[in-house]
Amino acid sequence: MAIVAGWLVGTVARAMRVTPQGRVLILDVPEWPGNLAGQHLDLRLTAEDGYQAVRSYSIASFGDGHSVELAVDELPDGEVSPYLVQDVEPGDMLEVRGPLGNFFVWRDSQTEPVQLIAGGSGIVPLVSIARAHRAAASTAKFRMLYSVRAPEDAYYASELEGLVDDSFALDWVYTRTAPVGFARTAGRITRADIEASTLPVADNPLVYVCGPTGFVEAVARILVDLGHPAERIKTERFGGS
Amino acid sequence: MAVFSRGFGARRRESDPELPPGQYLTEDFPVLSAGPTPRIDTADWSFSITTESGAVTTWSWDELMALPIEDVHTDIHCVTRWSKLGTSWRGVSLDTLFADIDTSDAYTMIESYGGYTTNVPLEDLQGGKAWIAFEFDGEPLDPEHGGPARLLVPHLYFWKSAKWVHGIRMHSDDDPGFWEQNGYNMYGDPWKEQRYW
Repeated sequence: MAIVAGWLVGTVARAMRVTPQGRVLILDVPEWPGNLAGQHLDLRLTAEDGYQAVRSYSIASFGDGHSVELAVDELPDGEVSPYLVQDVEPGDMLEVRGPLGNFFVWRDSQTEPVQLIAGGSGIVPLVSIARAHRAAASTAKFRMLYSVRAPEDAYYASELEGLVDDSFALDWVYTRTAPVGFARTAGRITRADIEASTLPVADNPLVYVCGPTGFVEAVARILVDLGHPAERIKTERFGGS
Repeated sequence: MAVFSRGFGARRRESDPELPPGQYLTEDFPVLSAGPTPRIDTADWSFSITTESGAVTTWSWDELMALPIEDVHTDIHCVTRWSKLGTSWRGVSLDTLFADIDTSDAYTMIESYGGYTTNVPLEDLQGGKAWIAFEFDGEPLDPEHGGPARLLVPHLYFWKSAKWVHGIRMHSDDDPGFWEQNGYNMYGDPWKEQRYW
């Protein structure tokens, strides 16, 4: 899986609106070589006059097969994400290149405890990792902390709830609107949240953090302050347009 | 031949001949890092060049500031496809730092606080092409963008411009650094789109 081939043709198989700003897209890519949990791809769109645009997206699916799942958040001033969220329909064609990145990945040979921390659509590569953990029936201790603005902004909420068992715990942070009866007041993630709702330093977990730059900066800094070794914290950030 | 994506292109951005292929303009300053941002006080900061003989030449922060400082106006291009045009930096040229370094090795490994590494041929660090930069847009460089100081080698994709730079080790061979071991190109010329393996 290490060699990145050229551009591969994909067809949109399904497009599902799952949040107010986002869709899940299932692409059928006949030549897809498969991917590790946590990897990303480049996606290329070509207009009829030849104009092209390319963006990187994390992959929610993993493993063999030619079905590739993405979850795309619409950026207000974007040119690619609004097309993917509003316009593209099953049967439309695009191109992908990948899989890319061999660092922010989880392999089912890993047995150590893992803490996943997602902000917003940063959940995508972590869903991939959580799915791989379940599919391998891994007994590695997993815990996920997912920060979203409001319940309706969460991707994969019911699927993630369904993964909860003895080896997978799930905790939520709501930054603007919490569900009725939720114990924690809505607000940005704090040191107290991380202390209360993630695996402790004593477990020596490998920590994967993905989200907007500001979120990842804040979380990674708290983790280091709590005593997690920097080399045990893997980050993936997105920002800009 | 690319396939066409039906109906795509309505929101297109203006193309810009100053942009390398496959890049788009951003006014923001996105961040690509593999781990937490190290926090390094300038009082504790140092930069060193280590040659094949084992000789180590080290500069403290104050010693770096005493060297000739250059203003650099340049475009920068990230492998994740954003570019910024006309950015302003201040820093010390690698020509200045290498002036008294005796080496016959052709390659370097850039080493950062936090353990990050990246490989750059020596000739790409010399001839007015690379700096140790500590100011961006007239302000001290933010930690999340590599402060107190980062390598600035803007003719290559920006992962080569190692943040939190701590030293350079001479290598006889072009050995891969961190991202180069994890899927990125050994050289990284944005005009040739040398992004990945």
